[in-house]
Amino acid sequence: MEFFRNPNIDFLGKKWYFLAFSLVFSVAGIFSMLFWHHIPYGIDFRGGTLVYVKFSHAPNDNEIRAAMDHAGLKNARIQRFGQASNDEELIDLSLQETSEQALERGKTEIVNALEHNAPAGKVDLNNAPVLTIKNYLVDKDPMHIGGDEQKYAAQAQAIVNFRDKDHSGVLTSFDELKGAPGVDPAVVQSLQDGFYLSDFGVRNVEIVGPQVGAQLRRQAMLATVYSLLGMLIYLGFRFEWIYGIAAVVTVFHDTLITVGAFSLTNTPISLTVIAAILTLIGYSNNDTIVVFDRIRENIKLMRREKLSDIVNRSINQTLSRTILTAGLTFLTVLALFLFGGEVLHGFSLALVIGILIGTYSSIAIAAPILVAYQDWRVEKGKRPVAMPGRAK
Amino acid sequence: MNKNLLWKAVLIIGILLVFVFGIFGVPNSFSGQGLLTAMTNRIHLGLDLRGGTHLILQVQVNDAVNVDSDNAIQVLKDQLNKRKIPFAEITKPDPQNQPDHIVIKGVPASSRSDLLGIVNDQLPEYEVASGADNTWTVSMKPQMLADLKNRAVQQAIETIRNRIDALGVSEPTIQEHGLGDYQILVQLPGVDDPARVKDIMQSTAMLEIKQQLGGPYPSEQAALQDKGGVLPPDAMLLPGVTQPGSTGEQWWLVSRVSAVSGKDLRSADPSRDENGQPSVSFTLTGEGGQRFYAFTSAHVGDSLAVVLDNKVQEVANIKEPIRDTGQISGGRMTEQQAKDLAMILRSGALPAGVKYLEERTVGPSLGADSIRAGVRAAVIGMLAVLIFMLVYYRGAGINADVALILNLIILLGFMGFFEAVLTLPGIAGVILTVGMGVDSNVLIFERIREELRNGKTPPSAVDQGFSHAWITIVDTHVTTIVSAAILFIFGTGPVRGFATTLTFGLLANLFTAVFVSRVIFDWVLSRKQRGEALSI
Repeated sequence: MEFFRNPNIDFLGKKWYFLAFSLVFSVAGIFSMLFWHHIPYGIDFRGGTLVYVKFSHAPNDNEIRAAMDHAGLKNARIQRFGQASNDEELIDLSLQETSEQALERGKTEIVNALEHNAPAGKVDLNNAPVLTIKNYLVDKDPMHIGGDEQKYAAQAQAIVNFRDKDHSGVLTSFDELKGAPGVDPAVVQSLQDGFYLSDFGVRNVEIVGPQVGAQLRRQAMLATVYSLLGMLIYLGFRFEWIYGIAAVVTVFHDTLITVGAFSLTNTPISLTVIAAILTLIGYSNNDTIVVFDRIRENIKLMRREKLSDIVNRSINQTLSRTILTAGLTFLTVLALFLFGGEVLHGFSLALVIGILIGTYSSIAIAAPILVAYQDWRVEKGKRPVAMPGRAK
Repeated sequence: MNKNLLWKAVLIIGILLVFVFGIFGVPNSFSGQGLLTAMTNRIHLGLDLRGGTHLILQVQVNDAVNVDSDNAIQVLKDQLNKRKIPFAEITKPDPQNQPDHIVIKGVPASSRSDLLGIVNDQLPEYEVASGADNTWTVSMKPQMLADLKNRAVQQAIETIRNRIDALGVSEPTIQEHGLGDYQILVQLPGVDDPARVKDIMQSTAMLEIKQQLGGPYPSEQAALQDKGGVLPPDAMLLPGVTQPGSTGEQWWLVSRVSAVSGKDLRSADPSRDENGQPSVSFTLTGEGGQRFYAFTSAHVGDSLAVVLDNKVQEVANIKEPIRDTGQISGGRMTEQQAKDLAMILRSGALPAGVKYLEERTVGPSLGADSIRAGVRAAVIGMLAVLIFMLVYYRGAGINADVALILNLIILLGFMGFFEAVLTLPGIAGVILTVGMGVDSNVLIFERIREELRNGKTPPSAVDQGFSHAWITIVDTHVTTIVSAAILFIFGTGPVRGFATTLTFGLLANLFTAVFVSRVIFDWVLSRKQRGEALSI
C-alpha cells in the first residue's frame, strides 16, 4: 500500500497562500491574547483555589452559585468538568481569596457552603478522612472489641476505599456500604448515628499561592526560551546557521498559533500544556530537519539547478514520510485526546493542534524561508548559492 | 542463519530478558494479578495516579537569622558592659529584610580595637563596619549567612521528616525544592486529610518554660498601663491560649530568658491532667533537669509559664523544686491533639517558621479514573499504530511492530530499574513514544522503498535505507530529548514523569528501530533467494 507515488507539487509556488493562512491564524491568536481572552493562565500560573467536586446527581449550577454567594464567595467561577454525565463541577476561586496565611481557607469554605444543609451534629461521610472515621469507631466500639485501634483503622480504610475506588468518591446511601468488602455490618449501623451522606465528594484540590504562580510563570517562560535556544544551537551546529534560524522561526510560529488557539478557545494553560508545547518544539523540528537533510543532500547532487527547484523536489521526496509520521503520531495523540480523560484535556489539545501545525509549517514556512533568504542575497548582489551543504 | 546474525539475535533476546526482569522483578505468581502486583512494586505510581498530597513550603529562614542575631546582641551587651565600654543602644533596624544587621550607637572611636576584638573572639561569624557619629554596623559574613540559612532548611527537612515518619505515611518525598529559594517539596502519597498533616508539619513546636512575672491582663495595652508604659528590660508580654469557657484574651508578663526549652526534652507522651483532660507530659534530659531543678528551687512560691510557639499554654505555681518532669495542659485539647502535640515535641522544634505556598490534593477516586482513562488511550493508540503498520507495510510492518513492542518493554524496564515514577502525563509520554518511535521505522522503510524504486536490489536497498535514515533519526531524537531534558530540569511531579518516559522511550527507540529492525531485515533477507522481492 502506498499513499503517495512520486508526488510533484509546487509548494513554493503557493507560498503566498501559506503565508496568508499562517498570518490569519497568528494574528487571530495575537488579537485574542491582547484584547479578548488574553493568555488564559491555568491555576498553576495565576494562583488561586480550584476544587473539583463530584455530585451524586446532575448538579444545578444555580444552586451551587447560590450556596457560594451565601458563604460570601462572590467571585467563585463554577463550571462543568468533563462530560455532563460525570456530574462533575469545578469551583474556581481567584487569587484574592487565596491567602498564604491560610492557604486552604477557600477550600474549607467551599466544602462548608456545599454542606450547608447538613443535619446538626453529624459528619459528612463522603468527605471524611480515614482518621475521623477511625476515631469515631474507636470511640463507639460497635464491634465490641475494646476499641482496638488497628481493627477499626482497617474498617475505616475499607470504607474509604469502597467509597473512593468503587463509587468514584460519592456514596448515596448507607445501604451501599453493606456490600463493601471487609466492612462489618455493626460498623455500618453505628456510622449512621454519627455521619450523614452529602450529595458530593471532593475529588481534587489545587491551591497555588501568588509567590509560586509568579515563580512558575517565570520558569515556563525560561524553559520555552531555553528550548528554542537549544534548537537554534543544535541546528546551527548541524547545518548552516540560516537553517537553524529558519527552523526556530518555524517552531516559534507553531508555538504562537498553539498558544493563540488556547486563547481563542479560552482553554486554561497549565503546567502540562507547557510540557506539551516544549515537546512540540522538539517534535515540530523533526519534520523540518528531515526536509533540510534532503535539501542538503540534493544540493550536492543537483549543483546546476535553482535552489527553489531543489527545495520543491526535496519536499516532494520526503512528503510521503512527513505525512505518514505526522499521521501516526497524530493518531496516538488523537487517542489521548478522545480517551485520555479530562485531566489531560489541555495537554492532548496542545499536542493535537501542535502536530497539525508543526507538520504544515515544516513544508509551508521553513523551506520558503531558506529560498527567501537566498533571493534576498541575490538582490543584494551577493553570490546566489548561499547554502552549500557542509560536507559531513 | 549466519553466525554474525545469530550473535545479534542472542544479544537482543538477552536484552529483552534483562528489561522484562526490570519490569517485573521476580514475581510471586505468574497470574495476571500477580504480574500486576510485581509491576507496581517496581514502577511506582505518581501522586496524580494513586492519590495524595503535594505541598510546597517556604522556610522563613530569616527567623533563624533573627534568633542568631538576638543572641549576638546579648553577647555584645554583656561584653561591652564587662569591658566598661560605653554605648548608647544596640538595635536591629530592619529585622524583616536584614535580620543580621545590628547597629551599635555611641561607642567612641577610641574603643574601635576593643569592639573589633569582641566581635573577632566572641562572634566569629560577624564582621564590623564603622559608620559616622560613633555608629557601628555588625553584620554576618555573607558566607556564614548563607550557611546559616541553608542549615535552617536542612534542619527543617529533618524535623519534618521525623514528624511525617511518626505519622506513618509510607514513601513520602521530603526534599529541597530546587526551583525556589529555601523551599521544601513534600509529597505524601495516600494522605487524605492534609489539614491535620499540614498543622503538624507547620507547628514550630518551640517549647519554653519561663518565669511568670505578671498577669493575666485582658489586653496588651492593659498590661503596659499596669507597668507604667515601659516593660522591665528582661520581661516580655505573651498572649495566652484561649481558655475553655472564656472568650476574652489573656496576656501574661513573662521572663525573656527561658528556664528550659524544647531542646532539653528527652520524651513527651500524651497523658491526662488532674481533671482528667487530655494533656502531654514530658521528661527532661539530665542537663535540662539540673537547670530546671535549680530554677524551681530558687523560685518556690513563684509561678512558671509553659509557652508553646509564643503562646502561654498554662501557668502553674511552683510548690516545690521539680527535677525533670512536667505537663502541658490547658486550652481545649482533644485526645488526638494531645497525641499529635506529644509527637511534634518528640520530633524537635523547627529552626524557623514555615508557610505553605502550594497545595495539591488528588483524591484516590480521581487517580483511579485517571489510570483507567490513560491505559485505555494508550491501548487504543498503540493498536491503531500497530494495525496501520501491518496494513501499510505488510511484511515489514511485522518488523516494525516487533520493534515497537520491544521498545515499550525496554521503556518500562528502564522505569523499573531506575525506580522512576509513572504519572498521568507519563502515560501520555508512553503513548507519544509509540507515535514518535514508529517515525524511525517509517523513515527507514520509506527510504528503502525509494531505493527499490530506483532499481536497487533488496539487500542494497535495505543497506542504503538504514545508512541514510540513521543520521536523520539521530537528529530528530536529539531535538526531542533536548526538549524533554529542559522539561525535566524545570518541571516537578507529573511533568517530570512525562519527560522521563519520553526520554527513556526515545533512547530505547534508537536501539529497537535501528538495530533490532535491521537484524530482522537481515534475517528475512538471508532466507530469500537472490532476486526475490521484499515485502514492504
